[in-house]
Amino acid sequence: MKKLIWTVVAILLACAGMAYEVSRLQQSDIQGKNKSLIIYNWGDYVDPDLLKKFEKETGYHVIYETFDSNEAMYTKIKQGGTAYDIAIPSEYMIMKMKRANLLDKIDTSKLSNFKYISSSFLHRSFDPNNEYSVPYFWGTLGIIYNDKYVKPGSIKHWNDLWSKKYRHSILLVDSARDAMGMSLVSLGYSMNTTSNLKLKLALTKLNALGPNIKAVISDEMKMYLVQNEAPIGVTWSGEAAEVMESNKHLHYVVPSEGSNLWFDNMVIPRTAKNKKAAYAFINFMLKPQNAAQNAKYVGYATPVGVAKKYLPKKVREDKQFYPPMSTLKHLQVYRDLGPKITQNYNDLFLEFKMYAR
Amino acid sequence: MSNRNKILFMIPYLLWIILFVILPILLILWYSLTNQSQQFTLANFELFFHNGTFLKMMLNSFWYAFLITFVTLLVSYPAAYFLTKMKNQQIWLLLIILPTWINLLLKAYAFIGILSNSGLANQFLQLFGIGPVNILFTDFSFIFVATYIEIPFMILPIYNAIKEINPVIIQASEDLGASKWQTFKYVLWPLSWSGVESGIQAIFIPSLSLFMLTRLIGGNRVITLGTAIEEYFLTTMNWNMGATIGVVLIILMVAVMLLTGSKIKRKKVDL
Repeated sequence: MKKLIWTVVAILLACAGMAYEVSRLQQSDIQGKNKSLIIYNWGDYVDPDLLKKFEKETGYHVIYETFDSNEAMYTKIKQGGTAYDIAIPSEYMIMKMKRANLLDKIDTSKLSNFKYISSSFLHRSFDPNNEYSVPYFWGTLGIIYNDKYVKPGSIKHWNDLWSKKYRHSILLVDSARDAMGMSLVSLGYSMNTTSNLKLKLALTKLNALGPNIKAVISDEMKMYLVQNEAPIGVTWSGEAAEVMESNKHLHYVVPSEGSNLWFDNMVIPRTAKNKKAAYAFINFMLKPQNAAQNAKYVGYATPVGVAKKYLPKKVREDKQFYPPMSTLKHLQVYRDLGPKITQNYNDLFLEFKMYAR
Repeated sequence: MSNRNKILFMIPYLLWIILFVILPILLILWYSLTNQSQQFTLANFELFFHNGTFLKMMLNSFWYAFLITFVTLLVSYPAAYFLTKMKNQQIWLLLIILPTWINLLLKAYAFIGILSNSGLANQFLQLFGIGPVNILFTDFSFIFVATYIEIPFMILPIYNAIKEINPVIIQASEDLGASKWQTFKYVLWPLSWSGVESGIQAIFIPSLSLFMLTRLIGGNRVITLGTAIEEYFLTTMNWNMGATIGVVLIILMVAVMLLTGSKIKRKKVDL
């Protein structure tokens, strides 16, 4: 009994000690409030060396917090009580946040490095005047194939996936917009189609792909592709960059007839406390050398055109991740379609997962 | 103990029940009966019962939950029976309980390794010249893994129920000329029914809404109501429809409890 009491006392003391330490650390954080910058970003989506460099150059202390989905980030910022100075959502979420009045305007004339961004990544439909967002990374939706099982060059277009050769061999990303979008493009429609009839047609076409689908998954797809579990995967370029590093047999194709072009952009939430630091950070990330270093670390494509100069030649001329202009102009950006049509996309996709075998 | 003390001791329990059982259920009900602009409506339920996809999904959930429960029972009953005849029963029981100490997610990932194209199962098949077979992402693998995970929860109650039967009763049945099958049918099975029943309840109900396994092992080729709930809450953030599916699931579960529960009462009267 005595031993038990001493153990409990020891545990309580340790907890109290840690609590004191935590509150002390937080105190010093609050004192240095004007000197700190809170970033809310996807996990592992920035080169940590760059953050250190930023701290050294500007004297701001960086606090880096992460989220794993746009929706989770939206909910947290909307509920308030947070003081993020920078957040990095995807384009459709920027539209939604703008409508919900969660974003502050960004005065791009205060950003001396803004001029380095390639024009094809500015003035896009989700933020026509770039009043609220500055591009951070961009990428595409495409097809990964394994050259051990699929002859290079035999998959170039979405329609190639419907071939009988690929029975039970495609891993499809578990995302309604992407799966339905792929089907819509293969029929020649827009990825932002709102017409019920066209969506139904897309579902019928997608159902025909059913026998070729091995599984509908998201994060685990990387593991399966690396382990040669399936020869073909439909997913995003960032995922592709990651798997191709671990398995040299994998290749990535963006169908030239069209696909999704997505952006992750830097925004300043309305609740930001240290806007000066936020501007400094955005400007810092747009500096070509820094953008190149970040792209090299993360593996996604940078919108800072001049930065390509600082990337290794192999990366720079990689058509898989920096598609040629002829493909680029066919790529489509998702628009926020509102809750009703988004629901329709998801319901149809669920129906596909139910019936397609 | 005085009455006042009794009430005092009840308070933490009552608070727990109200905060974590009753309030959440009321909240789910509230969401299911309103639309996204917080007006009262029955439209969610109307949509559910007029939509072929939802009904098919409900049927799917039931069918898979039934298969899982049935296969588990088929494996567990003989296992539990022979367990009562073993020496060192405590060690055997420990071995059966041991897997439940390991996190479900870890077990699922272990099975991915075993069932994949280059996994152990396929390597074994290749010894006999059977080329890599697709095992992962099939109905078979889903039911197999779900059964594996549920087996301990079926064996334990059945084991306890059989253990409680006085061996004299079995001997009497045999002495009076009953065949092995008759002894099983008229003596062993009815007397162990309480264990079978709690096993079925412990497995069937959670199996209705399995969604992690449907994704990891079934590769989303098996869709149950759990998948739909996840989609409505996380992807489209239509909490009202998600809550509606939740309410339907709760009602189904209560129905299953009542159905399996009433049988035992009748059996007791028969005896």
